[in-house]
Amino acid sequence: MTAVPEPFDVAGAGLHDPREPGAEVTTHAYLCTGCPLGCRLEVDARDGDVLEVRGFSCRRGERYGRQEHVDPRRPLSTTVWVEGATIRRVPVRTAEPIPKAQVVTVAEALRGLRIRAPVRRGDVVLADALGTGTDVIVTRDLDRVAG
Amino acid sequence: MVLTAEPRNLASRYDVVIVGAGPAGMAAALGARDRGAARVLLVDREVEAGGILLQCIHAGFGLHAFDEEITGPEYAQRFFEQVLEQDVDVLTDGYVMDVASGGRVKLMSPSVGVTGVDAGAVVLAMGARERTRGAIRIPGDRPSGVMTAGLAQKLVNLDGYLPGRRAVILGSGDIGLIMARRLVLEGVEVVGVFELLSHPSGLTRNVVQCLDDFDIPLHLSTTVVGIHGRDRLERVTVAPVDDDRVPIMAKAWDVDCDTLLLSIGLIPDAELARTVGAQMDPLTGGPVVSGTMETTVPGVFAAGNVVHVNDLADWVSMEARVAGDGAGALATGARRPEQDIRLLPGDNVAYVVPHTISSDRPHTVSFRVRRPIHGPTLLRLSDVHQRKVRAVVPAEMVTLKVAPRLLEGFHGDVLRVDAIPATDDRAGEDPS
Ligand SMILES: Cc1cc2nc3c(=O)[nH]c(=O)nc-3n(C[C@H](O)[C@H](O)[C@H](O)COP(=O)(O)OP(=O)(O)OC[C@H]3O[C@@H](n4cnc5c(N)ncnc54)[C@H](O)[C@@H]3O)c2cc1C
Ligand code: SF4
Repeated sequence: MTAVPEPFDVAGAGLHDPREPGAEVTTHAYLCTGCPLGCRLEVDARDGDVLEVRGFSCRRGERYGRQEHVDPRRPLSTTVWVEGATIRRVPVRTAEPIPKAQVVTVAEALRGLRIRAPVRRGDVVLADALGTGTDVIVTRDLDRVAG
Repeated sequence: MVLTAEPRNLASRYDVVIVGAGPAGMAAALGARDRGAARVLLVDREVEAGGILLQCIHAGFGLHAFDEEITGPEYAQRFFEQVLEQDVDVLTDGYVMDVASGGRVKLMSPSVGVTGVDAGAVVLAMGARERTRGAIRIPGDRPSGVMTAGLAQKLVNLDGYLPGRRAVILGSGDIGLIMARRLVLEGVEVVGVFELLSHPSGLTRNVVQCLDDFDIPLHLSTTVVGIHGRDRLERVTVAPVDDDRVPIMAKAWDVDCDTLLLSIGLIPDAELARTVGAQMDPLTGGPVVSGTMETTVPGVFAAGNVVHVNDLADWVSMEARVAGDGAGALATGARRPEQDIRLLPGDNVAYVVPHTISSDRPHTVSFRVRRPIHGPTLLRLSDVHQRKVRAVVPAEMVTLKVAPRLLEGFHGDVLRVDAIPATDDRAGEDPS
């Protein structure tokens, strides 16, 4: 049981759009994360094109619904092994949000990585992570310690 | 500027000494410098400044303070760079034990033991600590594998240890939600999150991005009623609760897991405030503070999670600047503004900070609601000021800005803060 419904197909939504016979209009549900109101959005789409967003209380919600349906993206933060520093993991993140579907695979790729101190905030540890077009960067300085 | 772990490298007297170098402490240092305090010392018991931010590696910080969304470590580092630029002295590995009347700050450090510095004013910025199993009394065994979500966060993000292979999370506070995603990204299976209340305690954004994105189920109105395992945790018993939050044992079931993370809230780490004799607020668990964030002990200020648990580091920094400003002003000889108005929590308000304000300057009043209102809500300060917001939830702190002109016609000494459905207001209106 989840508090938030996964995107679903509304019963009866498979109506044929009169303007283009053949292509089905489907309806998908999202929860807007723009503010505490948490509006339940419904997005009508056909072949990946958004026809209409409903349920928002402000423009931000409409934009969010469209983006979530067409190209959902998330920032990824994780850590990688670092040797020669006072702590054993150095925090890293994608420089920009990446496609949601690639979050887990990029995280897995980073799990195998080992780097050495010193590192500086902004250093690239993985360029163009798995073809996302986004670099993975270090988010803090870590000096090298003796020993 | 001195950055040291050795108290002997410090001056013997400072205008302002700040206890704790999280975002609250760092912002207070900047506030005190801006107000003209020449000598400012920031003390932290850890090996480096940054506080809890250092283990919060996810994005979600700085939208207000830096106008972009960055991670905790980036926020800490940027802030710390400003602190050093402002010529603030920093002592790490230093634990503040007491502040004697007269402003002698007693501190302990591994290199010299107990020592002290004199302070014109002090700012307490010790942050918060997590509530533990004792706070909620779950019956059963005491195996290893049961820990707070924040401790797990430190283990995973700083020390590089995974707490287990199959985890259950009790409580849907933000730390628990963030850790659910964090564990999945490190290859740990997260079986589910169990929340006693009928609504999530954390932000919607975290429910969507930390649970739904990874198909982690959130069981509302459900709690852990038993912990089983000899040495290592083997399983927990969970049960739905009725309207009075009493578990319905007939419907209980077992969940196999080797790890149970508790995300059941934070409480101000205010021991030192108690030690110095500051009056405490049972609603926040932190000290009572004035509009300049001064406690009831003259010259001792407080800010950040030690006063009330904040959800955003940006709010912490804003509030701590006020404290630093107040401490700096007092230490450089300015008069303390008269606190002529008391603030009281009213309808659906769990607490209000600060506890008093003065009518001579602008204030930001922060508070939390008790119950969510899923629709237009009126935030009201007696009849002097009100603001309408789209909705309120206990997870998000809300604020009201009070400008001196709003108080011009007000001659009372108590203002009440309410958060009520906006429609209440139109009760007498025509339905046309
Ligand atoms: C898991 C988690 C996720 C979060 N996510 C977000 C987010 O996405 N966005 C956001 O804006 N905020 C987030 N926050 C909240 C934010 O990090 C906190 O509100 C903020 O860090 C509190 O700052 P603080 O300075 O009051 O306390 P802290 O950061 O806890 O700093 C307190 C410092 O005081 C030191 N100290 C304590 N006692 C003593 C003593 N006696 N002597 C010397 N030093 C002492 C401690 O070592 C510590 O360094 C999150 C918090 C947590 C725990
Ligand atoms: S649509 Fe607008 S009002 Fe509704 S949750 Fe999103 S941001 Fe908030």
